[in-house]
Amino acid sequence: MAPKVLILRAPGTNCDEETAHAFTLAGATTARWHVNRLLEQPQQAAEFQILCFPGGFSYGDDIAAGRILGNQIEHHLADTLREFRDAGKLILGICNGFQILLKTDLLLPKDATGPQATLAANDSGKFEDRWVWLTVTGNKCVFLSGLEALELPVAHGEGKFVPRDALVLEALRANGQLVLKYAPLQRTETSPYAAIVSGGGDAPAREQAVPYPANPNGAIDDVAGLCDLTGRVFGLMPHPERFVDPTQHPNWTRGPHRDVGAGLRIFRNAIQYFL
Amino acid sequence: MTLWEIDIHPAAGEEDRAALRIAAAAHELGLAENLRVAAARGFLLQGAQLEATQAEKLAVELMADRVVESFVAAALSDEKLTAPPPRLARNHADSIFCVTVHPKPGVMDPVAQSALAAAADLGVPLEAVMTLRKYWFGGASEADINALSDRLLANEAIEQAVIGSLSIQQLDASRTYQVALRHVPIRQLDDEGLLRLSREGQLYLQLVEMQTIRSYFRELARDPTDVELETIAQTWSEHCSHKTLAGRIAYQDEHGERRFENMLKETIFAATQEIRKQLGSEDWCVSVFEDNAGIVRFDDHFNVAFKVETHNHPSALEPYGGANTGVGGVIRDIMGTGLGAKPICNTDVFCFAPPDAPAYSLPPGVLHPRRVMRGVVEGVRDYGNRMGIPTVNGAVFFDERYLGNPLVYCGNVGLLPHDKSFKQTQPDDLIVSIGGRTGRDGIHGATFSSAELTSHSEMLSGGAVQIGNAIEEKKVLDVLLAARDRGLFHAVTDCGAGGFSSAVGEMGEKIGAEVHLERAPLKYAGLSYTEIWISEAQERMVVAVSEEKWPQLRQLCESEGVEATAIGRFVLTGRLQLTYAGIEVANLDMKFLHKGRPPVVRQATFSPSPLLPLAPPHKLDYTDDLLKILASPNVASKEWIIRQYDHEVQGGSVIKPLVGAERDGPSDAAVLRPVLTSRRGVVIACGMNPRFGDFDPYHMAASAIDEAVRNCIAVGADPRQIAILDNFCWGDCEKPETLGSLVRAALACHDLSLAWGTPFISGKDSLNNEFSYTDAAGARQTIAIPATLLISAIGQIEDIAKCVTMDLKLPGNLLYLVGETKDELGGSHFALVNGLAGGQVPTVDAETARRTFAAMHDVIHAGLVRSCHDLSEGGLAVAAAEMAFAGGCGISIELGTATDVAVVLFSESNTRFVCEVTPESAANFELSLAGVPLTKLGKVIECDRLTISVNGKLAIDADIRTLKEAWQAPLRW
Repeated sequence: MAPKVLILRAPGTNCDEETAHAFTLAGATTARWHVNRLLEQPQQAAEFQILCFPGGFSYGDDIAAGRILGNQIEHHLADTLREFRDAGKLILGICNGFQILLKTDLLLPKDATGPQATLAANDSGKFEDRWVWLTVTGNKCVFLSGLEALELPVAHGEGKFVPRDALVLEALRANGQLVLKYAPLQRTETSPYAAIVSGGGDAPAREQAVPYPANPNGAIDDVAGLCDLTGRVFGLMPHPERFVDPTQHPNWTRGPHRDVGAGLRIFRNAIQYFL
Repeated sequence: MTLWEIDIHPAAGEEDRAALRIAAAAHELGLAENLRVAAARGFLLQGAQLEATQAEKLAVELMADRVVESFVAAALSDEKLTAPPPRLARNHADSIFCVTVHPKPGVMDPVAQSALAAAADLGVPLEAVMTLRKYWFGGASEADINALSDRLLANEAIEQAVIGSLSIQQLDASRTYQVALRHVPIRQLDDEGLLRLSREGQLYLQLVEMQTIRSYFRELARDPTDVELETIAQTWSEHCSHKTLAGRIAYQDEHGERRFENMLKETIFAATQEIRKQLGSEDWCVSVFEDNAGIVRFDDHFNVAFKVETHNHPSALEPYGGANTGVGGVIRDIMGTGLGAKPICNTDVFCFAPPDAPAYSLPPGVLHPRRVMRGVVEGVRDYGNRMGIPTVNGAVFFDERYLGNPLVYCGNVGLLPHDKSFKQTQPDDLIVSIGGRTGRDGIHGATFSSAELTSHSEMLSGGAVQIGNAIEEKKVLDVLLAARDRGLFHAVTDCGAGGFSSAVGEMGEKIGAEVHLERAPLKYAGLSYTEIWISEAQERMVVAVSEEKWPQLRQLCESEGVEATAIGRFVLTGRLQLTYAGIEVANLDMKFLHKGRPPVVRQATFSPSPLLPLAPPHKLDYTDDLLKILASPNVASKEWIIRQYDHEVQGGSVIKPLVGAERDGPSDAAVLRPVLTSRRGVVIACGMNPRFGDFDPYHMAASAIDEAVRNCIAVGADPRQIAILDNFCWGDCEKPETLGSLVRAALACHDLSLAWGTPFISGKDSLNNEFSYTDAAGARQTIAIPATLLISAIGQIEDIAKCVTMDLKLPGNLLYLVGETKDELGGSHFALVNGLAGGQVPTVDAETARRTFAAMHDVIHAGLVRSCHDLSEGGLAVAAAEMAFAGGCGISIELGTATDVAVVLFSESNTRFVCEVTPESAANFELSLAGVPLTKLGKVIECDRLTISVNGKLAIDADIRTLKEAWQAPLRW
């Protein structure tokens, strides 16, 4: 039976439809629920295998991106979602969803000093929509299984990953949680065909080795996405749902022909996990 | 009561970006050379029993991001709130100024609203919240600080800047309101009195209209109430009734005189009606010039709707808020089309004065064009991105005459099912307001936008300037579409200019309506009945709901936290009846309101200017001219703007605004796939050439239409299914020559639309775009904008896999020029960068163009074209340069005999394309284009150079990286 995906929306969520489409293409059945519905009936979360926080501007990103919905979850749904995760299920946060997850304890739990990391305002000081090259490090994350490198678009104003301090960063690295990183731009001059890059190698260990705009926001250690200790909770700034069809790629008219977009792999991996 | 303030600072070691931005902007304006700045954002909290621990809790858990931020929380009177933060470098003996900027009472403050709700969720109930921005300055005099506050930190229209500590006692915009019915004695006024009433009451009506109102009430033997007069003024305003263009015009040009009973109907609408008749059963127009937007057929299930609006006057006063609410307004137009359409993309076109204008040359009351441009872009960005609607197409045009009157065109396309494309209010339906609350913001927008701006407008019309709340609108959109699909209402429209007055008036025109104004939910107490009725507060929609469906609709809205309130009922009386707390405050005949306006009769003249020769300088090398044109702001890359817009949300992006090997070449049109399970595409493009209008508005209009359509064709759209929209922004049309130039443009619209079978489906005009001020010498000056017609086009493509982009693909491929280059350098960018006057302005040969578009579509559809770029500003040389640097390939072009090299390179003749074709496809390509002008240009080459030889001599020779840098540098902000 196809796994069931709960796509949770709130006022200002705006990538829920295309994210549902991506999961459907990958073979899931999907439901898009307003967060109020889950707040009223939290036990219904148990009917789903995958929970997804899609992109957008939940509650306008007023005060800080993802803050208000993150607080709502912490105060009213923390137990429900912890049970969900501990039942061996999957949680995905894309862009605003990643921002929301980081404001909860689902991805990087707060410790005595407070939150371990944040997604701060881009170094460029503005919202930007552009495509980036990404490399996958390690094999901890369920969603990135079998992927080495891919291209995806980012579209955000607050996506700069900042760990609280060097210790936090070192721990995350040691635990293999920094699973998705911005990679240097692959120059297209040598070949006019921009293809999916295969095998980009590990990103260097130095802080922010990849310059703007390849690292579009100044993220420390070029971190574009990270997972929890189980590898089943994953948040990323880039938008995989915006590359499930070949014609979504900015260079598709330059060839070569592709059947699907690379982002679809992330959704297929999630479905595959339950088959 | 104690007010608490929480200031959020960058944590030690973090960059103070807000301060850096202000310092850079101050430097740009030449203010305070040695300025040092620190900045913070903050919240003022008001709560009856708010304690320090609670304020602290809110700071920690809600307001500050403790990884990168620190905070100061204290009671408002506490001195540590104004104390300069340690990161502000101190010079002894220099005074530090603390400036706080906060919204004026009643101005929309969405972050404060969210904070209020979020605090309650954390168990800290507050009464009110206000956001603020704080700055500490060193190295500046008090005069510097005042200048900074005025010109940079705060906009007087909506904000207040306070130097030193705040003395606010209470956060509340409420007033007490004692209802008192007011009548306006109009019956005994003479003509002079009528004019004074029109002016001082901000009605902006003409004498004959005031006289008609006087007669109406003399017959009724009573005076109007204030709200009746406001309702009539708003319904009859230029903004709402388009009385000039839809009025009687006596037009005179070199061909003689022509009289129009209704100018638009007899030109633009007439062409569309004729096209629909010719199409017969193949007619793909669904609803034109009727609803909020034009609707055409898309596929077997869906139609698409397209509307473009302007928001010029508000954007001149408050660029961010003006553009912000401009986007919000046009989105609501689409939400209110048929039974509600789903917005699928935005378009945005701006006209500004050159951004490098020196600050000291600005007339009083005018914001610096750089500030206007930044504010407008941010306003569009923040609304469109938050709504989750991709902004996919636009243009920016610079001319000094937009200094007092920048133009901001906002467009939106929507998708709606066939069976949801029409609405019909039913008698006894409830009038339900959905969404935002009504406030004192936005009073008199409809009448104000029909008036000329002056240097005093900011003071006079502050209420017409608003800030939007995109998330409120997104919430309304979510429930509206759900309600539409469940069939919960009979009709919907947006609250735009004129607020409830306009929305209810329109929906109830043929039935009648009674509204209980005290039922409208208010942002704060104290609004008069008139303010409630005419407020243009944002994010409100009105639906007509049967008694039976109302509970379901209310429940749906509640489940998503959207306010819905029944404020009245559509009743079969033919009258508009308003009551407030049981007192009747208005009772007007709908017929008088909608049909009683006396026809406006205007004179229009146009006399063509004599053709003056343009003498291009004789020289051998034109590389420098090419570089100058690429760097002129109209042509230069708009990447700085485009990347700030989310152009990919909703997942249907096919051709993006920036294309090519490095994703930075200028795409001709955007293509998107609105139905993710289908391969059918929507194509969006635009055309605009104000410089041509200085020569002949007819050719300007024809060129704009040609440009919009050829942009669609260039990416693969089918010419048989392109619909277009007109947006006329003109000066004062009471001047016969100004109106004459508009009529002349409308005639071109008629002619070309009909010749091509390309229907106009919607349009809008904004007149009186003139700015008056008194100069330093005490003389009255007026700046009128150039006649500016924006044509927006919506095309379709059956299979998006057939789309082509403008970037070169592969060395070895051949290049062709499709279309004829004529000696048409008049109004060109070659003339602009060389300061040349005169010349022939580009014209359109309608019949050749029709055949060219059809043939171009055939070769693109057959897959014979690898890349295609339309020729516009800068002609062949610019098109070739853009194709080369976008593709990362060189070009070698050799042109045979030409009498004038500058014409060959830079003429802006219409209906032309450059196509890249593989050698294998060349024969088929040439054969398919046998019936249209075709020139073999040369080929794509491996090396990184663009070379163009004319008559065997090298006329252009440049490295493509040099060309790209020239094109990218000017607006890389």
